[in-house]
Amino acid sequence: MHPKTRERLVLTVVGWLAAGLIFFPIFWMILTSFKTEVEAVATPPQLFFTPTLENYITVRERADYVHFAINSIVISVGATLLATLIAVPAAYAMAFFPGKRTKDLLLWMLSTKMMPAVGVLIPIYLLFRDTGAIDTRWGLIVVYTLMNLPIVVWMLYTFFKEVPKDILEAGRMDGAKPKQEVWMLLLPLSLPGIASTALLSIILCWNEAFWSLNLTTSEAAPLTTFIASFSAPEGLFWAKLSAASTIAIAPILVFGWMSQRQLVRGLTFGAVK
Amino acid sequence: MSTIVLKGIQKNYGAVQVIKGIDLSIDDREFCVFVGPSGCGKSTLLRMIAGLEEITAGDLMIDGQRINDVPPSERGLAMVFQSYALYPHMSVADNMGFSLRLAGVPKEERRAKVAEAARILHLDNLLDRKPKELSGGQRQRVAIGRAIVRKPKVFLFDEPLSNLDASLRVQMRIELARLHDELAATMIYVTHDQIEAMTMADKIVVLQSGIVEQAGTPLELYHHPRNQFVAGFIGSPKMNFLPAKVTAVTDTATTIALPSGASLDIPVRAGGQKVGYAVTLGVRPEHMRLAGEGELLGEVMVVERLGGETFLYTQLNDGTMLIVQADGEIPTGVHERISIKLDPAACHLFDGEGLAIERMERHPLANLRRLPTRKAS
Repeated sequence: MHPKTRERLVLTVVGWLAAGLIFFPIFWMILTSFKTEVEAVATPPQLFFTPTLENYITVRERADYVHFAINSIVISVGATLLATLIAVPAAYAMAFFPGKRTKDLLLWMLSTKMMPAVGVLIPIYLLFRDTGAIDTRWGLIVVYTLMNLPIVVWMLYTFFKEVPKDILEAGRMDGAKPKQEVWMLLLPLSLPGIASTALLSIILCWNEAFWSLNLTTSEAAPLTTFIASFSAPEGLFWAKLSAASTIAIAPILVFGWMSQRQLVRGLTFGAVK
Repeated sequence: MSTIVLKGIQKNYGAVQVIKGIDLSIDDREFCVFVGPSGCGKSTLLRMIAGLEEITAGDLMIDGQRINDVPPSERGLAMVFQSYALYPHMSVADNMGFSLRLAGVPKEERRAKVAEAARILHLDNLLDRKPKELSGGQRQRVAIGRAIVRKPKVFLFDEPLSNLDASLRVQMRIELARLHDELAATMIYVTHDQIEAMTMADKIVVLQSGIVEQAGTPLELYHHPRNQFVAGFIGSPKMNFLPAKVTAVTDTATTIALPSGASLDIPVRAGGQKVGYAVTLGVRPEHMRLAGEGELLGEVMVVERLGGETFLYTQLNDGTMLIVQADGEIPTGVHERISIKLDPAACHLFDGEGLAIERMERHPLANLRRLPTRKAS
């Protein structure tokens, strides 16, 4: 076998293994959601069984899925829009008018992501209590925006860096004001990057559980809270939990699947040049 | 009218001074070329004139008005970038009309102006294309078209031809010269290619390490370089430099002795030279010929035949290398020994500091401009 062919074969196998490993929990969860509670905890685990929709019916009866789903959508999209709105000018300034401390600032922003969220739970909770933000959508939007802002700024910064400076300077020579420069040149040119940044931000918001569990009860609770409500209080019901989780991740899974090409293109942008 | 005057222009990046006080004046409708090795500050200087770089100190005046703090778009300049810097997401027509669109020019008028520029540049059939569907030469023309549409007082070119292949470069060079004539605008052109500078410029400004080494017409720089750097930079192949010693000084000529023992009378002014001083003789490859009893003897190491002329890379007996231009028909081969005769009237002499010693006679064409002076229109 030609060494190049063998190399490609090995890479393909490794790729499939990694993909299988990552996908297996999701696959198993979807499978479990169609089992009865007894089958769900059977040892050895059963791969073949008579599927049932009973878990989904129970889940529907017990909670208003649509209410949680709408909250998830509003909060994820809202936080993403707000974060992008703040991050675009910041990343523009950092990418094209860097100062002496720009790199440090970027690193510092990222370092805030290394702090455990629970470390600021009490202050944030108190702030929320005093401003009446507990169990409101806008409250969660603010927290999620702040949570994702460093990543959004970082990603936009890298994408903006890919845009040739000459093009913006040509725009400036042509008479573009900074706002026009961003709106008419920079944004159209980095659209794939912005799209993948927004997608990632939506996914991160959608899957966020710590803040939503601590700061919402029912009114503004997103799907992560919905899932959590099935792990209590009578003990764990694996099949029902799986059914709840499956319908909670379904929208984002479909969304991610549809925008797969955009996401991959954005995330590898620059790396393949 | 658009004259540009630079007074003591400086640029610092932190503690590093890249432009060290430049005084220069560029006349109306002049084609001025900034030339110099990479890192000499020529692009920075152009960008400072454009308004893309801040001016640390000094005054930049256009038509008598100080414009240091005027934003780029209000300086009445247009710039063509080395990378073309076309807007990739816009059609050729939109690229060219972008400045007009920003200025709020009505659509019809915009279209007419873009069409006019497209006609001048033969881009009529490409107006609906995107930049990525164009060849390098076409992109270059769109970039120039984008500048033309604005009817600027001054055109700035930042190494615009360096991304084109050799034949296209020659073609664009001619086109740019024609354009300069047609538009009757002041142009400032940055290049590292001295042939581009020689062929297009009314005035060449030779820069090195952030200072102006010399500014003048192409033939002035060729025949009367102010120092050894300019002498070596202008002309292709490079001027040859040989160490020499002054043996006699008169009012009309300085006699020097070469290491080979040969003696030459160079017609330069006496200046401060004294017998015994070390000087450098500069002689261009085209001012030497092969002759029976020449001043220099050497062995040919490499022969470059261009057809019309032949360059002989010759090692002299004392080891120095010399480039000699000879006739294209010459049969001389590698390792042949040759005798070279110099034309003293075409030789240059540089003092110990590398400064040229003034020649007795000024070359008759040294003040010639590239194009006949135009009538004011």
